[in-house]
Amino acid sequence: MTVMTDIPAKIVYQRPEAFDPRVTHYCPGCTHGTAHRLVAEVLDEMGEVGNTIGVASVGCSVFAYNYFKFDFVEAAHGRAPAMATGVKRLLPERTVFTYQGDGDLASIGMGEIVGAASRGELLTVVFINNTNYGMTGGQMAPTTLPGQVTTSSPTGRDVARQGHPIQTAELLATLEGAAYVVRRSLHNVREVRRAKKAIRTAFETQKHKLGFSLVELLSTCPTNWRLSPAEARDWVEERMLPYFPLGDYKVTPAVAELKV
Amino acid sequence: MQQEVIITGFGGQGVLFAGLLLAYAAMDEGKAVTWIPSYGPEMRGGTANCTVVVSDEEIGSPFVKNPSAVLAMNLPSLDKYEKLVKPGGVLVVNTSMVNREVERTDITVVSLPANEIADEAGSKRAVNMVMLGALLGNLDILPLEAIETALAEHLPARHQKLLQTNKDALQMGAKYKAVKVSGE
Amino acid sequence: MAKELIKGNTAVAEAALRAGLEAYFGYPITPQTELLEHLSLRMPELERVFVQAESELGAINMVYGAACTGKRVMTSSSSPGVSLMMEGLSYIAGTEVPAVFVDVVRGGPGLGNIAPSQSDYNQIVHGGGHGDYHVIVLAPASVQEAVDLTGLAFDLAEKYRSLVCILLDGSLGQMMEPAEIPPMQPLKTEIPDWAVRGTDGGERRFLTSINLDPPDQERLNYRLMTRWQEIEAEEVRYKGYYLDDAEFVVVGFGTAGRISLSAVRAAREKGVKVGLVRPITLAPFPNTILDELAEQVKGFLVVEMNAGQMLEDVRLVVRGRKPVEFFGRMGGVVPYPDEVLTEIERLAAGPLTTEGHPRDRWLARMDKVLE
Repeated sequence: MTVMTDIPAKIVYQRPEAFDPRVTHYCPGCTHGTAHRLVAEVLDEMGEVGNTIGVASVGCSVFAYNYFKFDFVEAAHGRAPAMATGVKRLLPERTVFTYQGDGDLASIGMGEIVGAASRGELLTVVFINNTNYGMTGGQMAPTTLPGQVTTSSPTGRDVARQGHPIQTAELLATLEGAAYVVRRSLHNVREVRRAKKAIRTAFETQKHKLGFSLVELLSTCPTNWRLSPAEARDWVEERMLPYFPLGDYKVTPAVAELKV
Repeated sequence: MQQEVIITGFGGQGVLFAGLLLAYAAMDEGKAVTWIPSYGPEMRGGTANCTVVVSDEEIGSPFVKNPSAVLAMNLPSLDKYEKLVKPGGVLVVNTSMVNREVERTDITVVSLPANEIADEAGSKRAVNMVMLGALLGNLDILPLEAIETALAEHLPARHQKLLQTNKDALQMGAKYKAVKVSGE
Repeated sequence: MAKELIKGNTAVAEAALRAGLEAYFGYPITPQTELLEHLSLRMPELERVFVQAESELGAINMVYGAACTGKRVMTSSSSPGVSLMMEGLSYIAGTEVPAVFVDVVRGGPGLGNIAPSQSDYNQIVHGGGHGDYHVIVLAPASVQEAVDLTGLAFDLAEKYRSLVCILLDGSLGQMMEPAEIPPMQPLKTEIPDWAVRGTDGGERRFLTSINLDPPDQERLNYRLMTRWQEIEAEEVRYKGYYLDDAEFVVVGFGTAGRISLSAVRAAREKGVKVGLVRPITLAPFPNTILDELAEQVKGFLVVEMNAGQMLEDVRLVVRGRKPVEFFGRMGGVVPYPDEVLTEIERLAAGPLTTEGHPRDRWLARMDKVLE
């Protein structure tokens, strides 16, 4: 066995400064951890850690505030964009973001997210779409796919009775106040890197006061999907991508000019 | 000493402004005063009314069932409020808009063709001032000068050119004295 | 300071602004809209925050976020809108951040109407939102008192890290009276220690109403309740009229209180020795004076523009020692003083009883009124 002592150590991976050294409560294979890490890395790189206030929502990410080393407030279910509006309007020089799941944002909180986006609030929204209510045990969400079995659609979502999934990014992109609305995925390395770039662009959009920004992230929920972590990633690719195409749904010219 | 006045008529007859003017004048005279409109859908047309209470002490109810004076600017107002005037109170009736006699005999009635008088004063829209003048000429509530001062201060800027017309209307209304006095 | 003739809604808005209001979030609803409209002009003039929210839910949650920064913030609404706000109010209470809200009460339940009412007493004084918490409730009866209590509301909210409600009714909101509005106060420069602000590399703060561990939640509840005991000891306010020789006492707040004042004066002129207690703080409730009066007088008459909500609080104090009678009008109907006078005379004439429930007797009499 050769010990290579003459090669200088180079750090290629470490905990972001924005992260508190804690073990998260997320399930194995869940991509919340990935999404958290991307937010942390971006804020690190932008030098924004001490300047940021996060708004946690209700859902699996309800404890997000435990994992970041900056100020946080915890919103009522669906109301994070309204609460963030209150924070941002009084602390306009701070970077304010919400971190919301699909039940929170696209069901109970649809009024608040549309209101914030239409007003062009200078907020960034990190939106986790995993097609179910994870925290309460996997019920049907506004994003649940047609035919998808959940604990409240036990025979599969019947669109004739239970309606169709909401394509959030497409919907919010129609609003004039939205400057940057994109959908990315966290199911493989390439998409994770693209997601990070999108999160960076979203925060830069806020920093440059260009309008409302939102990144929808297709995420896994192995526990409630009853799949292994690896299978869950395949499920995103096979089932979610056709219904929730990745892409840039709204990029204003000013945002397009940002160098990220 | 407390006086309560209800001013009532069609929307557009200046009912609320006449009440406001009375309230401003009362305030400037150091009195306690409340002004409360009927609010809601009826503001958009139809009848409008406001209640003004003027007092030397802290005012209790701003709502009055039996006021010491009513300015009835049209027939529906007369029909509704004639019976409500406090015995011994004052009822000012705009005969231009009313086709019947007042029936009460236990109140002071001031009848005047306020529309024609306003016209004579120089503006049809001064009908509310004519009515208010008639009230002050017959009820010891505030001096006419207090209203004139309030008018100068609170007539909207776009109407200031009508200040003299409004003052004239007040004076002309004040000349009308009660034609029927309580039956004692 | 000269007095100005000003509408209740506008006066509260201007008084809040001059008390250092930094952000207002609201949603239009009659009969409070003038309050929102006034601030929609004045706040931007002063480069302060005004947001017309997407709903009352949005508004109260904006207030919640803004309150977390430790600045003076408020919202206003009317009954159905305040019902929607109950969620946010509970969260604000659970997070112990100070905030002021105004409820210009209208007739209900449901969409009801836009006429003056006091039927939000239970919703505001006895909860509304979920969980164990109290709101300090201030109930002015005149425009001047509304102005004075608006400044006080912010002070109390900050002193106790509490919600404070200014409870008006549609008539106080719409009525004009002369009032002296205090001069403009400078904005607060001090940020309370608990407020979020951005760490700038220093201490990290987070504000939440979640305590998944029940003993932690119990400690929070204990803190809220002991703080409420302090508020009960320190902050009771009421106004008494003609109490010294009173044999009977009317209890009424806000507009019902001042209508009762007219009736009490009329009864006095007729030789009835009646007084009036007008609670200014509905929470904390003026228990002590009512307790003392229960020893002094022959009977009470509670007058409200609802079906007897405060009545229960009066009965709790009187504890059957003396007869308590009730008179109310509901659904946006405002009683005239002569109706209250009739009730006072009925009380004075007797016979009185401590048996049964005063609401039942009142409802039996209302049967004829409604015919």
